[in-house]
Amino acid sequence: MNTVTAPAEPKPAVPVKKSGGFTAAASNYIDERTSISTAVKELGRKIFPDHWSFLLGEVALYSFVIILLSGTFLTFFFQASMAEVHYEGSYVPLKGIEMSAAMASTMDISFDVRGGLLMRQVHHWAALLFVASIGLHMLRIFFTGAFRKPRELNWVIGFILFILAMAEGFTGYSLPDDLLSGNGLRIIDGMVKGIPLIGTWTSFLLFGGEFPGTDIVGRLYSLHILLLPAIILVLIALHLLFVVVHKHTQYSGPGRTQQNVVGYPVLPVYAAKAGGFFFIVFGVVMVIASLFSINPIWNYGPYDPSPVSAGTQPDWYIGFADGILRLAPPHLDVVLFDHTFSFGILIPLGLVGLFIMLVLFYPFIEAWITGDKREHHILDRPRNAATRTAIGAAGVTFYAVLWAAASSDLIATHFKLTMEGVIHTLQVMLFAGPVIAYFIAKRTCLALQKKDRSIALHGYESGRIVRLPGGEYIEVHEPVDDFERWKLVSHESYQPLMIRPDSRGRITVAQRVRAGLSRWFFEDRIDPITRAELESSHSNHH
Amino acid sequence: MPRTPSPSAGKSRKQGRRGPLATISLLAVGLLFTGGAYAAFSTSTASAETPAAVSAASVEDGKKLFQANCASCHGLALEGTENAPSLIGVGAAAVDFQVGTGRMPMQAHGPQAPDKPVQFTEDQIQSLAQYVASTAPGPAIPDESLLDGEGDVANGAELFRINCAMCHNVAGAGGALTEGKWAPGLSGVDPAHIYEAMVTGPQNMPVFNDTNLTPEDKRDVISALKFMENSPAPGGNQLGSLGPVAEGLFLWIFGLGSIVAITVWITARSN
Amino acid sequence: MAQDGNSGTDIAAADSSNTGHGTEHAVGTAVVARDAIENPGFPPHRHRVTDLDPKKEKQAERTVYTLFYLSIVGSVWAIAAYMAFPIVPEDIASVRTNNLLIGLGLALALLALGIGAVHWGKALMHDEEGIDMRHPVRGTEDTRARAVEIFDQANRESGFGRRSLIRNSLIGALIAFPLPAVVLFRGLAPEGQNPVDLLKHTMWEAGDKLARDPSGLPIKASDVTIGSVFHVIPEKLASVGHSEGYLEEKAKAIVLLMRLKPEDLIEDEDRKGWSYDGIVAYSKVCTHVGCPVALYEQQTHHLLCPCHQSQFDVTNHCAVIFGPAARPLPQLPIAIDDEGYLIAQSDFKEPVGPSFWERH
Repeated sequence: MNTVTAPAEPKPAVPVKKSGGFTAAASNYIDERTSISTAVKELGRKIFPDHWSFLLGEVALYSFVIILLSGTFLTFFFQASMAEVHYEGSYVPLKGIEMSAAMASTMDISFDVRGGLLMRQVHHWAALLFVASIGLHMLRIFFTGAFRKPRELNWVIGFILFILAMAEGFTGYSLPDDLLSGNGLRIIDGMVKGIPLIGTWTSFLLFGGEFPGTDIVGRLYSLHILLLPAIILVLIALHLLFVVVHKHTQYSGPGRTQQNVVGYPVLPVYAAKAGGFFFIVFGVVMVIASLFSINPIWNYGPYDPSPVSAGTQPDWYIGFADGILRLAPPHLDVVLFDHTFSFGILIPLGLVGLFIMLVLFYPFIEAWITGDKREHHILDRPRNAATRTAIGAAGVTFYAVLWAAASSDLIATHFKLTMEGVIHTLQVMLFAGPVIAYFIAKRTCLALQKKDRSIALHGYESGRIVRLPGGEYIEVHEPVDDFERWKLVSHESYQPLMIRPDSRGRITVAQRVRAGLSRWFFEDRIDPITRAELESSHSNHH
Repeated sequence: MPRTPSPSAGKSRKQGRRGPLATISLLAVGLLFTGGAYAAFSTSTASAETPAAVSAASVEDGKKLFQANCASCHGLALEGTENAPSLIGVGAAAVDFQVGTGRMPMQAHGPQAPDKPVQFTEDQIQSLAQYVASTAPGPAIPDESLLDGEGDVANGAELFRINCAMCHNVAGAGGALTEGKWAPGLSGVDPAHIYEAMVTGPQNMPVFNDTNLTPEDKRDVISALKFMENSPAPGGNQLGSLGPVAEGLFLWIFGLGSIVAITVWITARSN
Repeated sequence: MAQDGNSGTDIAAADSSNTGHGTEHAVGTAVVARDAIENPGFPPHRHRVTDLDPKKEKQAERTVYTLFYLSIVGSVWAIAAYMAFPIVPEDIASVRTNNLLIGLGLALALLALGIGAVHWGKALMHDEEGIDMRHPVRGTEDTRARAVEIFDQANRESGFGRRSLIRNSLIGALIAFPLPAVVLFRGLAPEGQNPVDLLKHTMWEAGDKLARDPSGLPIKASDVTIGSVFHVIPEKLASVGHSEGYLEEKAKAIVLLMRLKPEDLIEDEDRKGWSYDGIVAYSKVCTHVGCPVALYEQQTHHLLCPCHQSQFDVTNHCAVIFGPAARPLPQLPIAIDDEGYLIAQSDFKEPVGPSFWERH
């Protein structure tokens, strides 16, 4: 049958234009086998709001695609084996040196495959970008309150993706079996051995015998290219599915409500922008990869337990964990009941674990405190949720101190300080920094709220000074229009919870805790402007 | 299947120990014959080589220079004071290194003497070196043939990783030591100074005497450093060779920074 | 002060301003102002220059297709660079050129393509914003009722709730069946070995010569001058092949050898015989997490670990003086043999490297 000219079978759901040529016929062919028209009908004109901060998640997605593409290329050349070979490639300073096949094949990718080094650098830079963009995306979600109902679970999925991205990064960083990554594995080995009860055996099983063994690269490779990417892909699919189900959040603005979503349709504007953005992200990674070198394994040489380089650090996203290890004070081993408790490792690991748990469960904690069961689709401006923003600032500071601690030696040499001074300062900052950041952020938010309130009521300061007939000087305020004002006044506000006995006349501990937290969150609050206030301020001015 | 070893793999472990042993014992014999061997049995200083032809004039000049510039700290008889160590037996190599890199004379007390613009002319440094060497035997300024950078780069790189990289960083970018001290970067350092530093162990750097790293080994280490310095970085700008910290900062500031700037452009309304 | 439904029923009467959703939800401690300012609705649409000025529209169109053509140029450039600038063996500059030129070609192709598409979307495509209406995420009451009904029916038809013996044995079976997988992971490490025993010993034995790393040349006491440091392996390690556990043995056996002035050394009575004439040997494996503690400062006699900045005092049995390490570095007792070579008196007297559970 000639499908181009033959009229489509009567199918009322999908009217195919008779005038269509090949495209129409192809669409018809596909739709009759996939019902794709339903998807196009549902999604084709779906609205996505436009804001720069909404593209950060896309950066993460696109860097993951770049990683998949460049990584696939690398797998064609990489040998995940720790069998010893003599390097005979092009790089003279390593000629004849014994190294694992993993290292030798990575050297070959770098020095003997055309474009191989470029793909390695694209892969590694994109990996750094992947984790960084997830981090920035999460900060945006946190500070705008986008994790509130109904999106709590998507926050959890996203956070798990963040952890998995770090795992992907670490496993990949370890594959070339060079000196830097080998020492990284050595540190992991030492940390695992510090875990009570199971540590020694876990390390033994992980490395397939004693460290370093001949298995770890192969095992990490399976995780790196198979298991972890598969889980990440599934979770990304789930993450995006939820974005579709929930529809995207939007910032408050005139005409925008909890019940609508305002923006551009997928076809064509959003597709053009988002599609173009993929190529731009890829292009930026490509520019960096062609101009800046990353992980020069030829400098590090093959792994050997004896050498080590000054400035041995993990990639940035593992830095916080390395940093907290550096900040532990000495002499923390305790021998109890004939067993060693390595508190020098356990306390830092516990602190990191606690931090991760707090971030993971934050949406549920805040929901419990506010008791707010409504859906929230309008984002908060960070200043309007002063306590949350302050908590976020404290968390960022905590993380930043750990991150700085991971480069304590470089800070010392580059700023002509003593490494002991840097570490002692950071030990203090780890606890003092978040508190200071909390108060500064909270007061700044409240001050900004006051400023917004004053602008909404009285308008902008115009800088024009006028002398009134009575001799009084005043500055003329330019009133804001209704649309501008709406952005300033449309925000949620909460009051501290008052404890009330329950039906049996009891006040539970949970109630007390909740009331305490609620007071902490909402005690300092600035009331949103009411219509009455606005009207009275207007009558004053006119 | 393992690759075939190259000639330079002779020093690698799997090749057995005969190769390196033979090379090094041969070297040792050769050194003994030429009178260039160090008195390795002395436990206090590394070597006992005395410059063959010391011109009296330059020793005399050196003495004057020493008394004028160095004696206030190191003592008139090089015996050292509370402020500075004794220079007896440090040899011409130590003087050439310390004065030739500007570390001496020291301008201020700090955790360690930094390198700075050289204070003396080449002749003056040689005079000082000859004077100090004339007072007691010590390591001499190395022969040019050890500084040509034509040694075995692979061996040098391996020795560098094992003996030097923990302080100076695998790429020779330098690193931190305790209490504000640091191991300096090695890029652009004169080969003679690298050699002299290994032999004399300036400040907190350990001594790598000729039984530990033979003169040939030192030549290889210098060759590896010079190879690294003179080869272009294959991947592009090395960001100071500081490793993942520099890479991470660069990515956050310039990588993510430029992408965020682009997101602002993408979502800004066209006018 | 606010209160919410937690003390009584969970669904407090929500204010009428929280409308639009099928079901009313508790507002918790949120303040729902009765005379809040009203949403003013959409502002008037502002047209772009490309909507108003056909010339500008033409210009934007030109920009977009020029960018797309430029992208093709970039792709062709990358292919040309691949062929014109091959990698010459042993020529690092050629690797750099190859990397740079292929990369820049691809970057041009990608950036021009992306910027072109975005510019098209921004300047030329219809830019009136659209509106979608939201619906509560929860299913409608009908849907939810039907879902409950389906589960009920399935329960009835299968007897899942009623036949408790079947149900409980099924749950038991489901819990039990992954357990064999846990056992299978025992095979990750070789059988017949106990890591605890392995960790407690290194390959050092009495009489083993201390040798240079990596050459394996033995070291005479006279070689070790004051201020020098030797990176040491057991002499016999040098003849161990990689397939025979070279790296595993090396990871435990590496030692740092230093000579101090004997008067600088503080030595306990029972360790007096462990050094030789001011020469001391310590494990190079950090007791924190195992990095090589390789940085020796010959004047302060401090050892520094470059990974986490633990510092050890060589003069005082390598006690920890700074950083996260908990224990001193283990000392290797040494002596000299008849020919003056340094030898080990025995293995280390305690396990080297990081702490582990069974260590005591």
